[in-house]
Amino acid sequence: MTVDLLSKYDSLIAEHAGLLSTGIRDPFGIVMEKVISPTEAIIKGRHTILLGTYNYMGMTFDPDVIAAGETALREFGAGTTGSRVLNGTYQTHAACEEALKDFYGTSHAMVFSTGYQANLGMVSTLAGKGDFIILDADSHASIYDGCKMSNADIVRFRHNDAGDLEKRLKRLPADAGKLVVLEGVYSMLGDIAPLPELVAIAKAHGAMVLVDEAHGMGFFGEHGRGVYEEQGVADDVDFVVGTFSKSVGTVGGFCVSNHPKFEILRLVCRPYTFTASLPPAVVACAATSIRKLMTAHDKRARLWEATRRLHGGLKARGFKLATETPESAIVSVLMPNQETTALMWSTLIELGVYVNMSRPPATPAGVFLLRCSICALHSNEQIDTVLGRFAEAAARCRLPLVESQAA
Amino acid sequence: MTDRSAVYARIIELIEPLNTKKVPLLEATTFAGDMEMDSLTVMDLVASMEDEWDIMIPLNMLPDLETIGQVADAVHGLVQKKG
Ligand SMILES: Cc1ncc(COP(=O)(O)O)c(C=O)c1O
Repeated sequence: MTVDLLSKYDSLIAEHAGLLSTGIRDPFGIVMEKVISPTEAIIKGRHTILLGTYNYMGMTFDPDVIAAGETALREFGAGTTGSRVLNGTYQTHAACEEALKDFYGTSHAMVFSTGYQANLGMVSTLAGKGDFIILDADSHASIYDGCKMSNADIVRFRHNDAGDLEKRLKRLPADAGKLVVLEGVYSMLGDIAPLPELVAIAKAHGAMVLVDEAHGMGFFGEHGRGVYEEQGVADDVDFVVGTFSKSVGTVGGFCVSNHPKFEILRLVCRPYTFTASLPPAVVACAATSIRKLMTAHDKRARLWEATRRLHGGLKARGFKLATETPESAIVSVLMPNQETTALMWSTLIELGVYVNMSRPPATPAGVFLLRCSICALHSNEQIDTVLGRFAEAAARCRLPLVESQAA
Repeated sequence: MTDRSAVYARIIELIEPLNTKKVPLLEATTFAGDMEMDSLTVMDLVASMEDEWDIMIPLNMLPDLETIGQVADAVHGLVQKKG
């Protein structure tokens, strides 16, 4: 007799089928038939405004980025067919790491195949048996998985709660190795971390600090390095992890650091070593994009303007938002339950707006969300169109709204 | 000195508000199976126990703590070790 290994997912299969039986579109089965620009696509034949892509700086169609990718594709081929530590490091990969070092002002940079692998690799390799990893409760799945893969003891503190972090650090042996893992922007609610308090406590307890700036790169801080730069804690952050899949506009992950022994990680970090490197065209696109982001001051200003317009507009229309003010380029709309979230999401798709639908366990503590991420290339007209469609969808779905809130 | 029965009784009190399925809370009751608790709820519950006794229960210990009795044993052991 064979035990069906997939039967453990029966309840999830039933839940998903139940959702679809109400006649709504599958929130996890969207296909972009045509991508017109960083802010528009054709989905099921309908022209759709994209408001859930993390393409914050709109670099996916930047002409210089595309040209760099095309050149690398022609000159270096479609792929490397090898690990970074064997045959998979081309001049394009080295140039990409140079661009990262220049962008972050660090002495070391290591490019991984995804941001997920960067967190998986860094967290699991830095902390070993007898060490402690102290992570925020709302950490991204890649950080939790890195913890699982390490042999360290894992301690979780309440989201963004400096007092709770301190209390938990105090319980740890003074002489043990400690890694505190934080994120600049938390991608579910779009809230930012109080890094000065958290980092100071971590340092006071002898911990090294890693900050994931996946959603902060490109538009926080003078050089666009992230929330840690904006909040002035760069000197106390030991490792910054990031991704190319958001502001940079392609795919890939990285870690930058000034640690003098950093380079040894290339030989011991399994998610770096035991996988093929990114295609040359991808790292060439990334390098060009990163260099352009260094000075993208106008785009940053525009991103914040569009974000404020969306956040203020949704609030004025009575939607409940996860943050009182716009803290990042993620604006999360709080939803009452799974059914209403799915119905709202599906109605927005019918109206030509794509947002992310998020639900537990990806979200903290039973929260259901419609998550919007804004792009610097969203025009005011697009934002206004989206606001109108949100109001229309809410009316169709009978979503309870809050009476007149001042924007 | 906290004896195991006191630890067990307090753990039951901490679990009660999270027992949405209203299953009987016994030594052998499991968190994921019987109570159908999701991993986030379990982690929050563990945090409340850590604070209750000022101990540390690393997340990597959780896979071995499936029943209320096992949690009581672990917490009792950690409290004893603390002295
Ligand atoms: C906070 C955070 N870290 C890491 C990642 C992983 O990035 P990537 O898409 O490059 O795997 C993401 C994106 O999903 C993220 O939101």
